[in-house]
Amino acid sequence: MADPRVARGGVTFTLTGGEGPGVETTYLDAVRQALFEEMERDERVFVLGEDVGAYGGAFKATEGLLERFGPARVLDTPLAEEAIVGAAIGAAMRGLRPVAEMQFIDFISRAFDLLTNFAAKNRYRTGIGVPMVVRGPSGAGVHGGPYHSQSPEMYFVKTPGLKVVAPATAADARSLLKASIRDDDPVIFLEHKFLYRRVRDRLIPGEDAGTLGQAAVRRTGAGLTIVTYGAMLWTALEAAPALEVDGISPEILDLRTLMPWDEDTVLTSVKKTGKCLILHEDTRTAGLGAEIAATVSEKAFEWLDGPILRVTAPDTPVPYSPPLEEAFLPNAKTLLAAARQLARY
Amino acid sequence: MTTSLPTERLEDLYRTMLLNRLLEERLVNLYRQGKVVGGLYRSLGQEATSVATAFALEPGDLLAPLIRNLGSVLARGIPARDVLTQYLARATSPSRGKDANLHFSVPEKGVYSPIAMLGTLVPVVSGMLLAERMKGNSVVGMTYLGDGGTSVGAFHEGINFAAVQKLPLVLVIEFNGWAYSTPFEKQSAVRTLADKAIGYGIRGEVVDGNDALAVYEVARAAVDRARAGGGPTLLECKTYRMKGHAEHDAQAYVDPKELEEWRRQDPLARLAKVLTESGVLTPAGLRAAHEEIERRLDADVAFAEASPFPDPSLAFRGVYADDGIAERARRGIFTGGL
Repeated sequence: MADPRVARGGVTFTLTGGEGPGVETTYLDAVRQALFEEMERDERVFVLGEDVGAYGGAFKATEGLLERFGPARVLDTPLAEEAIVGAAIGAAMRGLRPVAEMQFIDFISRAFDLLTNFAAKNRYRTGIGVPMVVRGPSGAGVHGGPYHSQSPEMYFVKTPGLKVVAPATAADARSLLKASIRDDDPVIFLEHKFLYRRVRDRLIPGEDAGTLGQAAVRRTGAGLTIVTYGAMLWTALEAAPALEVDGISPEILDLRTLMPWDEDTVLTSVKKTGKCLILHEDTRTAGLGAEIAATVSEKAFEWLDGPILRVTAPDTPVPYSPPLEEAFLPNAKTLLAAARQLARY
Repeated sequence: MTTSLPTERLEDLYRTMLLNRLLEERLVNLYRQGKVVGGLYRSLGQEATSVATAFALEPGDLLAPLIRNLGSVLARGIPARDVLTQYLARATSPSRGKDANLHFSVPEKGVYSPIAMLGTLVPVVSGMLLAERMKGNSVVGMTYLGDGGTSVGAFHEGINFAAVQKLPLVLVIEFNGWAYSTPFEKQSAVRTLADKAIGYGIRGEVVDGNDALAVYEVARAAVDRARAGGGPTLLECKTYRMKGHAEHDAQAYVDPKELEEWRRQDPLARLAKVLTESGVLTPAGLRAAHEEIERRLDADVAFAEASPFPDPSLAFRGVYADDGIAERARRGIFTGGL
């Protein structure tokens, strides 16, 4: 398989293959289906954001919703993220289930105060929950440059009261967005834009919501645990056959939910393999890998027979030019080198 | 005297403003005794703005005060003891000790807590009103911002959103001349903050914020207009902050002559004068109201002081709907027996 980070067009990844029941559905269509089905199911659910109505959203995630549900439930807003998130908070506090779109997740910084100080703390301070979702395209790999490629998860993972979800597959994009909409607390839902049209699953329309807080074991193995999430899942799966050839059978965990992350599944796997490598696209310092490494060290030290390694982006902004962005992103090659180093212990 | 308020509501208006002032005097005493755990934010001289604006709302309407709008929450039926227990950080307080002062919500009474970051209530209350409109309810929302708060970005984004959506919002700009120690000349180049309404295509009004009856009339008109679909109003009440930013602040930066001028504009004295001159209340009636409020406050202060502090285990609860999330994260933390 080609490195997905440098592949050009036509490349799709799937876990469910081309056979079996259901309809082949892209990650993007899975997001749209989740919105559509949740709005059908629950009249409290509505979407708001920039260009989400007639235009159907910058990435077309809300296409068709306006025609079906009308302008009161598919609300085009001013270009103002603080107003979008603030209004979503208020509506949630009065019993609705808003889904706010950030056109690019980078712009969520404009609503940082509303998310971290208002939404996150409201239940704790006042007992009134804020059941809303703020969703948008996250991540790099499409040459979006410093302001259309960021991975902002840790600002929110670090804020008690928020949940953070980052699906890697089309099936999870749908089932976990449904679960996020039904959740009673504020959820930051990070859709990886590189995956929108590149990954697909066979999905049965109308299938129910998944469960937040549970990692998925995407590949079982006994030699080494790779903990990852988002688009990097596919990088880990790409590297797996080469590791197998080396006699290092990797177990690959897809966290899916970053807050609360599934400590039990990670610890169980590390206790089995004795080796832990964390792979993420977010930058290195105080990335989720640091938290996972600290937890594994506290709670599974006796089972480890090597250092906990991290393969991450460097501590830089995300550059624009393809060779620079390629240098920034972790890839199968850097992952293989780290995994082989760890396997020598 | 010109007013649309009936006699019993006029009496109630006076009593609520008086309660605002006397409750705050109790809080000052408790603060000096070291019993107020955090800061104390005074509303002396601003009682008419808070109470008379909130008086314009109907049951079922929404109100989101700022830290100096003690009178607004009292006007919405929040009992004095809830405010006392909040300041004293007791388990019996509405936030159960998790937050301070007026940072509490009582949704049954349509009262929603501010946060310390100013301006954020403008988009949030707008979202509440959006929700009520989607549910088919005729609900008006009122929130407050100081002159300093109008410099914050969330004010602009929120009022613009409310204007575009024609939401039934009354945004009271409580102009008291100071943002902590920063005078208005350093805050904005406009003379009248209500003029900013033009920039949002909404109605702007200015009123003497120390004239309770005038404040009520203009607030009532804004509430009625909002309910009738006329959209938001920026309602600027010109008043004056008679004390420092909080009780620790001796306001050395304020010209004493200016304070003396405003002392002559005291809103409670002005209302008492109008009501006695027009025969709504007698001097004996004023004294009786004063004594009755003091008597009730004796009991409320005793209740607050006798209330227990919250159990430490409460610190770990209520972060999420599922308390297990915070609990799981605590596993392995050295908690010293908690």
